[in-house]
Amino acid sequence: MDMQVAKKKLGLKEKYQVMTRGLDWEPSYQKKEDIYPYASYEGIKIHDWDKWEDPFRLTMDAYWKYQAEKERKLYAIIDAYAQNNGHLNVTDARYINTVKLFLTGVSPLEYMAHRGFAHAGRAFPGAGPRVACLMQSLDEIRHAQTQIHALSNFNKHYNGLHDFRHMHDRVWYLSVPKSFFDDAVTAGPFEFMVAIGFSFEYVLTNLLFVPFVSGAAYNGDMGTMTFGFSAQSDEARHMTLGLEVIKFILEQDPDNLPIVQRWIDKWTWRGYRVLTLVAMMMDYMLPKRTMSWKEAWEVYFEENGGALFKDLARYGITMPRCAETIALEKDHLSHQAWGTFYNYGAAAAFHTWVPEKEEMDWLAAKYPQSFDKYYRPRLEFWREQAAKGNRFYNKTLPMLCQTCQIPMLFTEPGDPTKICYREVDYQGSKYHFCSDHCKEIFEHEPEKYVQSWLPVHQIYQGSCFPEGTDPSAEGFDPLAAVLQYYHLEFGRDNLDFEGSEDQKNFDLWRGQATKNG
Amino acid sequence: MAVAAIGKYEFEPADALEKFHGAQLLYIGWEDHLLFCAPFAFPFPPTMPFRAVVEEVLPGSFGYHPDFARIDWAQAEWFKSGQPWRPDFDKSLAENGLRHKDVIRFRTPGLRGIAGSCS
Ligand SMILES: [Fe+2]
Ligand SMILES: [Fe+2]
Repeated sequence: MDMQVAKKKLGLKEKYQVMTRGLDWEPSYQKKEDIYPYASYEGIKIHDWDKWEDPFRLTMDAYWKYQAEKERKLYAIIDAYAQNNGHLNVTDARYINTVKLFLTGVSPLEYMAHRGFAHAGRAFPGAGPRVACLMQSLDEIRHAQTQIHALSNFNKHYNGLHDFRHMHDRVWYLSVPKSFFDDAVTAGPFEFMVAIGFSFEYVLTNLLFVPFVSGAAYNGDMGTMTFGFSAQSDEARHMTLGLEVIKFILEQDPDNLPIVQRWIDKWTWRGYRVLTLVAMMMDYMLPKRTMSWKEAWEVYFEENGGALFKDLARYGITMPRCAETIALEKDHLSHQAWGTFYNYGAAAAFHTWVPEKEEMDWLAAKYPQSFDKYYRPRLEFWREQAAKGNRFYNKTLPMLCQTCQIPMLFTEPGDPTKICYREVDYQGSKYHFCSDHCKEIFEHEPEKYVQSWLPVHQIYQGSCFPEGTDPSAEGFDPLAAVLQYYHLEFGRDNLDFEGSEDQKNFDLWRGQATKNG
Repeated sequence: MAVAAIGKYEFEPADALEKFHGAQLLYIGWEDHLLFCAPFAFPFPPTMPFRAVVEEVLPGSFGYHPDFARIDWAQAEWFKSGQPWRPDFDKSLAENGLRHKDVIRFRTPGLRGIAGSCS
């Protein structure tokens, strides 16, 4: 018997074809250049958008189903964590400061990534990358939302988390991650994809998420750990997209190589400078450490990244030159960064402290070439002084790097006793940099970086006081006014961990939870 | 090189001298004393005597360090943009040739920070 059965379902391959490429059309009454005005000005030449291979072939309907399932599980765990006062199971209340740093510094970048991928997707004339960017854009807004939801639990109990979005746009150290992403989203769509899709998501992401997520796991923060795991399957897709972008661009035209190489050099360095915050988090802020920053760099960049760049050598891509500088900094980065936050602990929205003796011994073991010689004397001096009631709070504002916006805390490559100073004269004005790499980035596009909103300079220009402030009034206290502008409450959100409200509350609540009243 | 852009790309620098209400920026670093994590940024009137910077401002910024009280200013070595330089304490910043966003450092021979660690 020959019965014709109507075919109800498309095969995966056909479905992908119909629901991605099949949605595209050739315009007839508008010029292509008018529809895609950002597709060529960066100098990247694409001859055949159909050569784009989507390694996942995910379609929108499958995306929704899969993500909804994941999110249901995630929220069940977050709810359970909140209801069982999971926050009291963390190692000690110092840990919560990593959560504050993450929420104020990283989660807003997830939202910016959402915007950036939406924009890049709209700008590409090819249907394949457009759909891939759309999905990543949705992933990123989900990441922002799930992080905010998961971390909002801590806001009920601890200080410094109450206005993370407001702070992100204003607080001095948050200008580092903020300006990094603003730099990327104000570039063209191709540079954005190399900056975020490749350099950040592929080359550096393991140095951001693995430390935070495994740090959360080690320190008993199941809520944070869970959103990290939930994002992991998305991250795998993002990494593949980042790599596909590079290969596609390089295969399209040999003229693309020098442009892409310069972007990789620039964005590896820009991303690495943002990771300064992660380095100090790993070595100083986690009460229970997972691995040192130096070890993480060696595994995730020197080994894994080394293999990646070997693989890309067939396209003519070479290891970014900044890798040599970074190798010289790896013994020093976290110590210099934490020292900076200890200096400016009165102006940070989290607490700082001097590590305990056993913690210093751990640091000495992980950093045998540098810790005892350069950093232990500094920390021990601070501890002695604090014990005498003379805790160091640096009240003079620091000089910043024009490109990465980090205080000029980095030392000369190879000499940890000398601050690295670099400068450029441009159109009659001086600009200063923390490194050769930040200087080169400026020199390539000075028109862009002369606009940097440097927090220290903005404070001196008077742009960082609450509206209606009169700086000429008698008794005007500029630091107090700046903290008000940040929405940072003096004595609660800032200063040393020792004696903080967080410390007292955590001890009290944990005592109530674990002992009889 | 110029920025790749879809049109004219010209913007005012964010830190032009006019924006600082009559002050100019001066950056000052103390060599071998990295207990202070980075050089400092100061807004000073260009007419300010250099001596006032050293005697009235630096103690508030660097005075926490036990080495600070031991400084013999007659021995201090100065650098401007990394090159040896000699300030005249009795002249103003402008008369000393200091312009907006100049960077100077000083080294205090014999003083090498906490336990000689350059901290
Ligand atoms: Fe993400
Ligand atoms: Fe920099």
